[in-house]
Amino acid sequence: MASLIETNACDGLLPISVGRAEMAECTAERITSVAPFKGRTRALGTGLKALGLGWPAPGTSQTSKAGSILWTGADQAFLIGADPAGLGASAALTDQSDGWARMRLAGPDAEKVLARLVALDLRTAACPVGEVRRSGLNHMPMVLWRSGEDAFEIFVFRSMAATAVHEMAAAMRAVAARDRFD
Amino acid sequence: MRINCPLCGTRDRREFTYYGASVYADRPAESAGPEAWDDYLHLRDNPAGETTDLWYHELGCAAWIEVTRNTVTHEISGTRLLTAPEKGGAK
Amino acid sequence: MRIAGKGILDRSRTVGFRFDGRDYTGFEGDTLASALLASDVRLMGRSFKYHRPRGVMTTGSEEPNALVTVGQGARQVPNVRATVQEIHAGLEARGQNAWPSLGFDVLELNEVFSPLLGAGFYYKTFMWPKAFWESLYEPLIRRAAGLGALSKQHNDEAYEKAWAFCDLLVIGSGPAGLMAALTAGRAGADVILAEEDHRMGGRLLMETHEVAGKPGADWAEEALQELASLPNVRLMTRTTVTGAYDGGTFGALERVGLHIANPPADLPRECFWRIVARRAVLASGAHERQIAFSNNDRPGIMTAGAARGYLNRWGVAPGHSITLLCNNDDAHRTARDFIAAGVNVEAVLDVRADAKAEGLPLRPGLRIVDTAGRKGLSAIIVADREGKISRIPTDCLAVSGGWNPALHLTCHMNGRPVWREDIAAFVARPGMVPGLAAAGAANGTFSTQGCLREGQEAAILALSELGMSEKAGAVPQAEDGAVNLRAYWEVPKPKHRAWLDFANDVTTKDVRLAAEENFASVEHMKRYTTQGMAPDQGKNSNIGALAILADATGRGIPETGTTTFRPPYVPVTIAAMGAGGQGAGFAPQRLTTTDKAARDRGAPMIEAGLWYRAAYFPRPGEATWREASDREVTMVRERVGVCDVSTLGKIDIQGRDAGRFLDLVYTNTFSTLKPGRVRYGLMLREDGMVMDDGTTACLAENHYLMTTTTAAAGQVMRHLDFVKQAHCPDWDVRAISVTENWAQFAVAGPLARELLNSLAQTPIDAGTFPFLSCGTLRLMGVEARLFRISFSGEIGYEVAVPARYGAALWRDLVSRAESLGGGAYGMEALNILRIEKGFLTHAEIHGRITAFDVGLQGMVSAKKDCIGKGASQRPGLTGPEREQLVGLKPVQPGALIGAGAHLFDQGAEPISANDKGYVTSACWSPTLQSHLALGFLKDGRARIGSSVRLVDHLRKTDTVCEVVSPVFFDPEGGRARG
Repeated sequence: MASLIETNACDGLLPISVGRAEMAECTAERITSVAPFKGRTRALGTGLKALGLGWPAPGTSQTSKAGSILWTGADQAFLIGADPAGLGASAALTDQSDGWARMRLAGPDAEKVLARLVALDLRTAACPVGEVRRSGLNHMPMVLWRSGEDAFEIFVFRSMAATAVHEMAAAMRAVAARDRFD
Repeated sequence: MRINCPLCGTRDRREFTYYGASVYADRPAESAGPEAWDDYLHLRDNPAGETTDLWYHELGCAAWIEVTRNTVTHEISGTRLLTAPEKGGAK
Repeated sequence: MRIAGKGILDRSRTVGFRFDGRDYTGFEGDTLASALLASDVRLMGRSFKYHRPRGVMTTGSEEPNALVTVGQGARQVPNVRATVQEIHAGLEARGQNAWPSLGFDVLELNEVFSPLLGAGFYYKTFMWPKAFWESLYEPLIRRAAGLGALSKQHNDEAYEKAWAFCDLLVIGSGPAGLMAALTAGRAGADVILAEEDHRMGGRLLMETHEVAGKPGADWAEEALQELASLPNVRLMTRTTVTGAYDGGTFGALERVGLHIANPPADLPRECFWRIVARRAVLASGAHERQIAFSNNDRPGIMTAGAARGYLNRWGVAPGHSITLLCNNDDAHRTARDFIAAGVNVEAVLDVRADAKAEGLPLRPGLRIVDTAGRKGLSAIIVADREGKISRIPTDCLAVSGGWNPALHLTCHMNGRPVWREDIAAFVARPGMVPGLAAAGAANGTFSTQGCLREGQEAAILALSELGMSEKAGAVPQAEDGAVNLRAYWEVPKPKHRAWLDFANDVTTKDVRLAAEENFASVEHMKRYTTQGMAPDQGKNSNIGALAILADATGRGIPETGTTTFRPPYVPVTIAAMGAGGQGAGFAPQRLTTTDKAARDRGAPMIEAGLWYRAAYFPRPGEATWREASDREVTMVRERVGVCDVSTLGKIDIQGRDAGRFLDLVYTNTFSTLKPGRVRYGLMLREDGMVMDDGTTACLAENHYLMTTTTAAAGQVMRHLDFVKQAHCPDWDVRAISVTENWAQFAVAGPLARELLNSLAQTPIDAGTFPFLSCGTLRLMGVEARLFRISFSGEIGYEVAVPARYGAALWRDLVSRAESLGGGAYGMEALNILRIEKGFLTHAEIHGRITAFDVGLQGMVSAKKDCIGKGASQRPGLTGPEREQLVGLKPVQPGALIGAGAHLFDQGAEPISANDKGYVTSACWSPTLQSHLALGFLKDGRARIGSSVRLVDHLRKTDTVCEVVSPVFFDPEGGRARG
C-alpha cells in the first residue's frame, strides 16, 4: 500500500532572504512536550541526565549530543530531537512535532526584524544566546529560541505559518529598505 | 503597562489577559448556598487604591498571576503565581 | 530672504519643491517653512473658522498656522506642519482650508459674519429646529470651517511599528538632552536619544551663544560625534516621543520616509515606536508664547525665538524690517542677532517700563494697539502714553510673552504641574511620571549653562538609581543669563479681536464670554470656546487663555489650573498607530492542512474564529450554495462524506488526577471512563451557564484527549489552566493543547466504514469498534487515532493523523469517498446535519444558557461537585420561566424561517413585552424537505405539540410553527450506532 506523503508546515513559503536577514524552515525534528508529574521531578532529572540534559530553568535551554530541551512554560519543556522514551514514567509526554512551524531567522538584521513584531527586550545582555522566550510574534503565540548572536528559531502554530511568514517578510523588507538610507 | 511574570520576567501587558478580582480564586463549597455563590460570582469591591486581580499570561507561559496594583497611581507593587503557596493581598 | 553668511545649512545643495502649484528652491536641511520664508512667502495657511490669512509662527511641531497638505490622492496627508516637513525633490505641498486658493479664498466671507461666529455661536444658533442640525447646519458648517481634508481613499503605503528597550531614554537633544546622553553614554548605560527634528542640537542650532568657547552648533556636532561612536547609544532623529505610559513605556513617532524623494515602496512612511526605558530624561525644551493684541495674527507675526531661529539656523530673515514686542530679556537676543546680521530692526517694544537694552532701538512708553496688512504685516499701530497713535512700518513682528516648559509628557499619568511665579509658567513636579525627570528648559531652567548642568544632573540621578557609576566631567561653560520676565498676557482693551488660539480661531473675547456665561472652570471654558482643541492642542495658547480666564474670574492662574495634557504630544497618523494591522495584518489566519485543496476545488471559505473553513465544495452545474450543501447533506445521509474537523480544540490531559480533574470541569463523570472509550461532556462556567461541550476520549489509563468546539478552544484552555492553578495546584494533572499537531477528518455516512477499511491495514468492524470507542489504526503506513463519534447522526468516525500527513490523507479520503458516491462536505452541510439532529453549537450555547435550558440537566452529576454546579442550583436558573431548547417546524413546510426571529403566542401582538423566545439556528432540511429551526421558548418542553407564532421583523416573515423535539431526525439514534 502506498504511504502518505508528508507536507512541511512552511511548504512553499520559505526560504526567503531580504537584505541582511534570511529565514528558512528548520529541518523537521521530533518535538515532545515534557511535563513532570507531581513528585517525579527527580526521576525526570535522572532520565534527562541519560540524554545529557537537565530540567531547564525558566527562559533557558540545554543542548547535548542527544538533542535540546527548551523551557516553554510553567512545568513544561520541549524536548527537541531526542527520543523521550526513557522519560515516560516521570513526565507527561505529548508529541508536538507537527504542531509548530519552526523557522530560523538569521543575519545581522535579525534582531531589528524581530523588534517589528516582538515586544521583547532582545539586547544580548537581556536575552543571551541559548535563552528561550514564550511570547507573541505580533498576535501569534510563539516560542523564541536565540540560537546565536544573530540567529533565532521561531516556533509558531502550524496553522499560522502563512501569516507568520507574511508578517516576517514585511518586517524584513522594511528593515532592508531602512538600511539603504542609514 | 508592564507586568512582572514571576516565571518570564517583566512583559508588556498585551501578553496578558485580564480576568478580574483575585477573590475569584477562592471558590466556595458546593453547598455554600446562594448568597455565598452570589457574593463570589458577582459582588466586587471597587477600591480607589490597592487591589489584587488575576491576569493570565496567555501569550507567554500560561501561568495565572495575582497582581497587586494601585488603581490610583497605577503602581504594581507585587505579582505572584496563583500556585505559589502563600497568598498575598486582600483575602 | 536668505542672508549671506548666516545659518548652518550647506548651501551647495539646492532642492526644488512645489507649494500651491508654484515651483520654489531651497537648500538641503530646509523645512518647508524656512524655504518658503526664504522665498518671501509669508502666507502659508488660512484659519479654521474665519479663513484669516496666516503665516508661520514657530519653528517646531507646535506650529498652529502653517498647516499644509502634502501628497496627492490616496497618499495625501492633511495638517502637516510646514515647520516639520523637510523639503525634498518632488515634494508637493499645498495650503488648505481655502478655496480656490490660499491667496484668494472666497470663504474669507466668514470674516464678514465674524461678529456672529463667536464662541458658543453654533450651540446657540443651530439648536432649533433640532432636526436641522444633522441635515443642514452641520454639513454647511463643516464645509466652511475645518482643517485639511482626508482623501477618503485606501492608502496602501507602508507604515511600521517597532519596540525598543534602553536604560535611559533622553527626550530632546538640546543642551540638556545632549549633556544627559553624554553623561549616561560615557557611563556605559544603554541610551536612546530621541529628537523630533531632523537634526540634533535643539536651540543650540538656533542661537548665537557659545558653549565651551565655540559656537553652540559646533559643540553640539562634537557631542553627537562622540555619542555616535558609543555602541551603547542609539540616536533617533525625526522621532517625537508622544506619550508616557505605565511601567516606563513611551510611545514615539518616527518620520522614516517623509523626507525622501521617490522612496521605495518598502520604506515605511512612519514608524510608531514603543520604547521601554528604565529611566527617562525629558529635555524637550520650551514653547514661546504670544501676547494678545488687536489683529495679532497677521502673516509676519511670529515668536521672537522663531524669528532668530530662522536667521541663525537657516540664514533666513523673515522680514526686511523687524520689530519686537516682549516682556523679557531673552527676547532682546532676537533684535541683537538681526542687527548683527545687518537686518534693520525698526523698534523694540518692551512692556517693562524699566527694561534696559543697550544698542537696541528701545521705544519706552509705546504700546501696540493694532496691526495692518491684509495678507501680511505691513505696519504696527502704536499709542504713546498720551494715547497718540502712530504707525511703525514693519513686515515682521517678533513677539515674546515668555516661555512655557514643554512638560506635557510629565502630565500623561494624571500628574498636575505647579505654577512658578518667577517665570510665569507651569513646571513639572518630580515623580509625576515614575522614572521620568525634566531637565533644562523643560524644567523651567532657560540659560544654556543651566540646561547643560541639569542634563548632567538628571543623568547622574538616573544612573545612581540604576546602580551604575558615572564619571561626571565638568559642565562646559556657556551663557547663564536670566530671563527677567514680567508676566504680561494681553494689551488691554483691544479694538479688534486679539487671538489666543490661532489654530482654532479663539480670541480673548471668546474666553471672557465663556467666563461671563459661567463656563468659568478651565475645562468648561476649553469646551465652550474650543481653545486648545486644535492640532497644536493649545501649546501656543493654553497659558495665555488661562491667564485671561483667571483675570475674568478674579482668580489667580494656579487656582484656575490647567486642562489635562493627554497623549499624543503631537498629532499621530492613524496609519502609524495601527501599523501592521491593515488588511491581512489585522489578525492571524489559521489555515488547516486541507486549505489549499479546498480552495483548489472552488470552496468558499468562511471564518470560524481565526480559522478558515470550507463552506461547501461546489460541483459543475451547481449554481447556488444551497444546491451544493443540499447535495452534500444527502451524500452523508445516503453514502459517505468527509469533512475537515481539525479546527476543533484538542487538549491532551495526563496524570494520576486527570480523571478527577475532568470530573471537576465537566458536569458529568469521566473518572469512570475506560481506556478506549469516548464520552460526551458538558462544561459549565462557574456562574452556571454552559461554557462548551465536546467529547473526551480515554486514550490510556490517566491519559485523556478532550475536544472542544472551534470557537471555545482558547477559552477552554484558559479555563483549564485556571482551574488547575487556582483550585487544585497539588493534583497530578498536566494539560497541553494538541490542536495543531493533528489533522482530523470526520468520515460519516452509511459507507463510512467501507471507506476507512479501504485504507486501513487492519479493517475495523462494528463489533470491535462500536459507537463511542477510540483507538489507533494504521493508515497507509501512518499510525492514526480513530474515534467513533458522530456529529451528523450517521455512522461516524473521526480519524486523526499528524498534521504533516493531513493534505495527503485528505486527498485520498475524498477521492475514495467520491468513488463510493460521496465526497467532501463543508460547514453548511455540517450545520444542516447537526440541526436535523438537534446537536448544539455556540449558536445555542451562547453564554446565557444553562444545562437545564438545553435539556441536559440530567448530565449534572448529583454525586460530585463540578465547576458551575453551585451556581446552577440557584433560583431562577431552572423551571418553567426559563426559555428552553425546542425544535420548530413551520406548519406549511415551504415557509421560510430564519435565525434571529422571535417567538410569540398566537394572537399576541409581536412586541418585545410579549416575547416568548427566539430562533438560534435555522436551515432547509433536504432530508425532511422542510425548513427547520432550533430555538429557545419559554417553558418550551411543556409546549411541545403546540404552535407558536414566529415573527422576523428584519426579514419581514410571520410564520406559524409547530413546537417539536429538537431532534428532528432519527430520534432514537439508531443510525449512528449501526
